[in-house]
Amino acid sequence: MALSEDEVRHVARLARLSLTDDEVAALAPQLSEILGYAEQVGQVAAAEVAPTTHPFAPTDVARADERRPSLARDEILAGAPHVEQDRFAVPRIVAEEG
Amino acid sequence: MSDPSLTSTTALELARRMRAGEVSAREVVDAHLDRIAATDGVVADGPVWHGRDAAELGPDDVHAYLAVTADAAREHADDIDRRRAAGEELGPYAGVPLALKDVLTMRGAPTTCGSRMLEGWVPPYDATVTTSLRVADVVVLGKTNMDEFAMGSSTENSAYGDTRNPWDLDRVPGGSSGGSAAAVAGLLAPWAIGTDTGGSIRQPAALTGLVGAKPTYGTVSRRGLVAFASSLDQAGPFARTVEDAAALQSLIQHHDERDSTSIRDTVPDLMGGLVGDVAGMRIGVVRELQGEGYEPGVEAVFAASLERLASLGAEIVEVSLPHAPSGLPAYYLIAPSEASSNLARFDGVRYGLRVDAPTAEEMNAATRAAGFGPEVKRRIMIGTHALSSGYYDAYYLQASKVRTLIAQDFRTAFGEVDALVSPTSPTVAFGLGSKADDPLAMYLNDVATVPASLAGNPALSVPAGLAEAPDAPGSQLPVGLQIMAPLKRDDVMYRVAHAFEQATGFDWRPRGPRAVGHGADTTGEVAR
Repeated sequence: MALSEDEVRHVARLARLSLTDDEVAALAPQLSEILGYAEQVGQVAAAEVAPTTHPFAPTDVARADERRPSLARDEILAGAPHVEQDRFAVPRIVAEEG
Repeated sequence: MSDPSLTSTTALELARRMRAGEVSAREVVDAHLDRIAATDGVVADGPVWHGRDAAELGPDDVHAYLAVTADAAREHADDIDRRRAAGEELGPYAGVPLALKDVLTMRGAPTTCGSRMLEGWVPPYDATVTTSLRVADVVVLGKTNMDEFAMGSSTENSAYGDTRNPWDLDRVPGGSSGGSAAAVAGLLAPWAIGTDTGGSIRQPAALTGLVGAKPTYGTVSRRGLVAFASSLDQAGPFARTVEDAAALQSLIQHHDERDSTSIRDTVPDLMGGLVGDVAGMRIGVVRELQGEGYEPGVEAVFAASLERLASLGAEIVEVSLPHAPSGLPAYYLIAPSEASSNLARFDGVRYGLRVDAPTAEEMNAATRAAGFGPEVKRRIMIGTHALSSGYYDAYYLQASKVRTLIAQDFRTAFGEVDALVSPTSPTVAFGLGSKADDPLAMYLNDVATVPASLAGNPALSVPAGLAEAPDAPGSQLPVGLQIMAPLKRDDVMYRVAHAFEQATGFDWRPRGPRAVGHGADTTGEVAR
């Protein structure tokens, strides 16, 4: 299928990826070509086939309910770009009342 | 100058010499650090050496390593020597150096995954693979270059510059584990760990004349392996011989309760089957993994490989994996879909880069725009589209059904034969930059390796001979034979590979007009 530049922008928004106009212009034909190739999977008769998401059927794995040491908080926070009061800090998520 | 023979032998021979007291672990580490300093393009300064920036790399720098943990490696080696001198019982491979792909975490050094997104990030824990190596007293020399987040087949997608093929410094080493392959082929480590999602160990092993194996999915823990496509990712060995590769895989394959996809079954002993004998085994040639798209030189080496296996007494039969031709398109929907989900964690909050912006969503999007390179963005876009409303059934769901059919094909084939073979890669090593502008052409490198990835089966590449590159008359570059085995029968692929290797007598040392200097033939000084 051919992906339009508007569709590329829509997917980029879903993926939380800002793209420049040049990137959008380059990606539209590239993604169209790759998806056009990948669409071959549709030619395989598989209506009655169960999907495989994993080489071995995944089962829930539970460990014994015992307390164990976790990673040290400070070591984890040391790798974060912005920390406040021992927490990951982020910009505001909800817009202010206008 | 250190003894150059220390960098041009096998891991098992080094281990033997250390056990016999002929050489110390420290001497072995120093010999490798000397060679890395001379040939790899690192700034050999401070406790952790760093690979030079792309613009400062010379045309003969291999650039296998992004970081070299020089001080830690020396200290570990000294500790091993002290304990050995004190009579402590050490593991059989204590002191053997190793290069670790930069997608596996290790305390004390950055883990970048070849991405600006994680530049400077130092993980707070060791991957289970890293722990297993440490327990065995394998000495980690450093972290190797790779395609960004393991997405690529040439290592040209690294944000930190290309790695060069030790056989021809103007060609790619394959990818995504190209740094690990170049380290072992370029005499910069006798062992390396890579990861393989759709061929990222096997293809670079083929292109650099090495043995490289993707174990059965679930046999090697993924804890601490930064996820690309979780249902496909698997760590495995690079080595110069089949025996070395089997020994390294033996060290890292075991159940890990901290990886929910780790299988509990044990895989048969890998070393016991290395008897050099395949007489009476049935080996299937996959009809669909040859022909169109495979270079003539690769096909000729493959044909000779089949004759060699037959001369060893194996019965060669043609078999079909009828859905294998759909493997590549299915893979290029499934892997990007999983990647788009896995890489959502890189959002500027918990680790790595942040580009500030007024709102969280704008910060996420700006961070990801700045931190990811073009191929990673492409894969995230493909995956996000394939999983999005209205497209999921036609793309991801249909690809997952094809995956079922491919796994059934393997089960059927292994009802008839003990192992399957194909060329590992349709091409020999190609020129740096020659496919960089054509993503789909690059994806076609993986055509022979993705079927076993989708089915979870073990598969390895073993050197099969040399062939001419189509763009360089008279050139001689390595070609790999891929050997695939039933699930959890990694021992079978090693047995076949070992017999084949003994009969082939391939010399793994890079040679040719643009090959990296050996050192072993001269004084230890490296031709530059």
